[in-house]
Amino acid sequence: MLDKRFSTHLSFISHLKRNLSLTKTILLSLILTPQLAQAEYGLNLPEGVTSISRDIYSLHMLIFWVCVGIAILVFGVMIWSMIFHRKSRGAVASNFHESTAVELVWTLVPLAVLIAIAFPATKVLIDLENTEKADMTVKITGYQWKWQYEYLDEGVSFFSNLDKASRDATRNVTEREKHPNYLLDVDNRLVLPTGKRIRFLMTSNDVIHSWWVRELGVKQDANPGFINDSWAKIDKVGVYRGQCTELCGKDHGFMPIVVEAKSEADYKIWIVEQKAAQKAAAAGDKEWSKDELMAQGQKVYSGSCASCHGVTGQGIPGVFPAITNSPIASGDIKTHINIVLHGKAGSAMQAFGKQLSDSDLAAVITYERNALGNSAGDIVQPSTIKSAR
Amino acid sequence: MSTTTTEIQDGIDKHATHDDHHHGPEKGLMRWVKTTNHKDIGTLYIWFAFTMLLIGGAMAMYIRAELFQPGMQFFDPQFFNQMTTLHGLIMVFGAIMPAFVGLANWQIPLMIGAKDMALPRMNNWSFWILPFAGAMLLSTLFMEGGGPAFGWTFYAPLSTTFAPDSTDFFIFAIHMLGFSSIMGAINVIATIMNMRAPDMKLMDMPLFVWTWFITAFLLIAAMPVLAGAVTMMLTDRNFGTSFFDAAGGGDPVMFQHIFWFFGHPEVYIMILPAFGIVSQIIPTFARKPLFGYSSMVYATASIALLSFVVWGHHMFLAGMPIGGQLYFMYATILISVPTGVKVFNWITTMWRGSLSFETPMLWAVAFVILFTIGGFSGLMLGIAPADIQYQDTYFVVAHFHYVLVTGALFSIIAAVFYWLPKWCGNMYNEKLAKIHFWWAIISVNILFFPQHFLGLAGMPRRIPDYSLQFADFNMISSIGGFAFGASFILLTYIIVDCIRNGKPVKEARVWESAKGLEWTVATPAPYHTFDTPPSKKQILAESSHIHLEGEH
Repeated sequence: MLDKRFSTHLSFISHLKRNLSLTKTILLSLILTPQLAQAEYGLNLPEGVTSISRDIYSLHMLIFWVCVGIAILVFGVMIWSMIFHRKSRGAVASNFHESTAVELVWTLVPLAVLIAIAFPATKVLIDLENTEKADMTVKITGYQWKWQYEYLDEGVSFFSNLDKASRDATRNVTEREKHPNYLLDVDNRLVLPTGKRIRFLMTSNDVIHSWWVRELGVKQDANPGFINDSWAKIDKVGVYRGQCTELCGKDHGFMPIVVEAKSEADYKIWIVEQKAAQKAAAAGDKEWSKDELMAQGQKVYSGSCASCHGVTGQGIPGVFPAITNSPIASGDIKTHINIVLHGKAGSAMQAFGKQLSDSDLAAVITYERNALGNSAGDIVQPSTIKSAR
Repeated sequence: MSTTTTEIQDGIDKHATHDDHHHGPEKGLMRWVKTTNHKDIGTLYIWFAFTMLLIGGAMAMYIRAELFQPGMQFFDPQFFNQMTTLHGLIMVFGAIMPAFVGLANWQIPLMIGAKDMALPRMNNWSFWILPFAGAMLLSTLFMEGGGPAFGWTFYAPLSTTFAPDSTDFFIFAIHMLGFSSIMGAINVIATIMNMRAPDMKLMDMPLFVWTWFITAFLLIAAMPVLAGAVTMMLTDRNFGTSFFDAAGGGDPVMFQHIFWFFGHPEVYIMILPAFGIVSQIIPTFARKPLFGYSSMVYATASIALLSFVVWGHHMFLAGMPIGGQLYFMYATILISVPTGVKVFNWITTMWRGSLSFETPMLWAVAFVILFTIGGFSGLMLGIAPADIQYQDTYFVVAHFHYVLVTGALFSIIAAVFYWLPKWCGNMYNEKLAKIHFWWAIISVNILFFPQHFLGLAGMPRRIPDYSLQFADFNMISSIGGFAFGASFILLTYIIVDCIRNGKPVKEARVWESAKGLEWTVATPAPYHTFDTPPSKKQILAESSHIHLEGEH
């Protein structure tokens, strides 16, 4: 067990593992991309990598074949009749028009078929609704238009946005063709261990979202103010992709989900790295120059702000306010910091204090005040943000 | 007071005398504004529905153009959401429902031997609300912030706290559409209960009348629930209530319960009259009485009752306790039993008939096959655990377009071809109509069938852009969509050509083996019909389902 060997070896092993997996990924993607792309090009549900997804798959195929059977019977009779009972072939109409026996048969036989389907369906439903005895819990919060993942047992949490490459490719064909996972890639993946019973808690910060990963057989609505749950035990290491499936506003089509299932050992290494990285981010306290802030601010703006307020800061009149010449971005800096940190209740403006680091917040506020047609002239340092929190 | 009463009485007397003269309709535009004639109002409804169908169809063309290939092609995602929302609302409330009310207006009095609808002035009003409601709904597109962009199901809080200002106009438009529907439904019930030819018993009524009778009760029960939902939205948005806002003690899932308590019966409001139409057409062209008339009536009634107790199957993933999911799953799949009975009855009606395939029959047969395919995917969706993988994907989009386009819409097209010669006195161009049928039937399947695969392959609904692996099927679907859209240009031509230049039909019985009182009046149907109600003998002779003892 890797987790027993501790700190000194850990960083080395992690380094090695990462390099190995990186090399493997590159090699795999070089060799397998065309085939992988083809494998994904599907007509049917995948069997998936959890017991639930496989149960659902079997159920799906069972009903499908029942339907095909009924279709052959019903359409067969119909087509026979359409061919052989045509007036143009000299068919003479019969006059039968009622039979209680026949009506009873085609009421009771379908009823029996339905009852036969209901048994396995009930069994699967009871199994998938049982979220007890979980080994770990991940809380998933939907935001317009990103996901937040919180590892409740570990104290690790982060946001997962659509990746920059996809964002840049929405209006660019060549970029799109270079991106095998266009719109199905994120900046931070949800990393999960295989072989563990994972409980998901879904909720939302604003409107209703729905978290769906087909291979896991998990789809559950994330409702604001309420918590839903679901579970999965992943059998196979791999990357599984999904999307938000409840219309949640403008960028509903642009909030993908990427789950990376690692072996339990790799997962533990990853968690330790995450904890270290979060500690390091919290510690950063240096003074930034205006150019540094502006450069970083532009990146943060296009990632977190542009989807509503627009790339050029114009917003969408009547829906999302403009940044350009806005009283907030050109007025009192405290008000500006306050709204970015804490959001505006009952609107799409979220509390970015929870999502971004002090330096990113300082950078993006500086950027909003000195670009996009604004020229307030002042800058914000990460230390100011820290004390304003 | 007494003079006033006398004056009113005089007025009524004069009016009655006036009616007895039976000079035709008024001339000019005011004929249509002031009309209380069921045939005029039926015509207005159908043309209104057709106009809205073209507007909603144009929005669908934009949607398919945007989805033709990956990437954002034309407008921004916000506009795409407005289009999917308005497409759905316009097709449901502007096209399908008014078209059925129009058919009811034209046909119910003719089929039950009544002079007119029971409440002619309310009839005029319930139609004339519609253009204003429709115009208000469309006007939201030009308001600041754009039109409704939260889907035709307008789930809170996206439609309350997070919605554009125009949402209040949307709410008012929904209220008006609801008034119109409820008044139309009251009129249908009052007409069937009171205006039937004295010798026509309920079980003598043609199935189209029966299905509309039941549909009208669904409308009266369901539409006020929708009105309640939008009223709660209105107060949440403007008057500080929090019905659907968890922060104020409300519950967004409650919105879904209320919406689908309306929404599921609504689905059957849009399909029961279609069952009625097909039950009229198939016996005519099979030259054989409808099989299992009474079981058809009972099946329709069972479907209607069940439709009120299955709404939860739209919400399996909203956070429903397992008991709720099991109940809604069982109740939902149970609906396939009476629905199956209907399909089996139609097929048995065709069995050993003497079939011919004039255009109305082609559409009716296409209805039976394609609606059944929609029913199969419906059964799959009803299985709660499997629904996890289908919910809110293109599989659902494929499913409800099979039941609403190739189901409801196709039945309306079938009905128009079936009764148009009776209405306008001219025969449509059979050859062109058949070309149109094959064009539409092939393109509509290219349009919607691949969407099953897209859904299973993982494409969520209501997204303006998608991953590259969905590209091929989306392109196929879009090509089908453009072809299907273009087929309506030909349909418009066929219908206008029939009304203006069609070959006049002399026979009262346009289709030689058609049964029904509507075929006993002259062609085209005179402005006023059934001054004297049909006799018992006539009613029985025209019944398409019951045969007199010893008649063979």
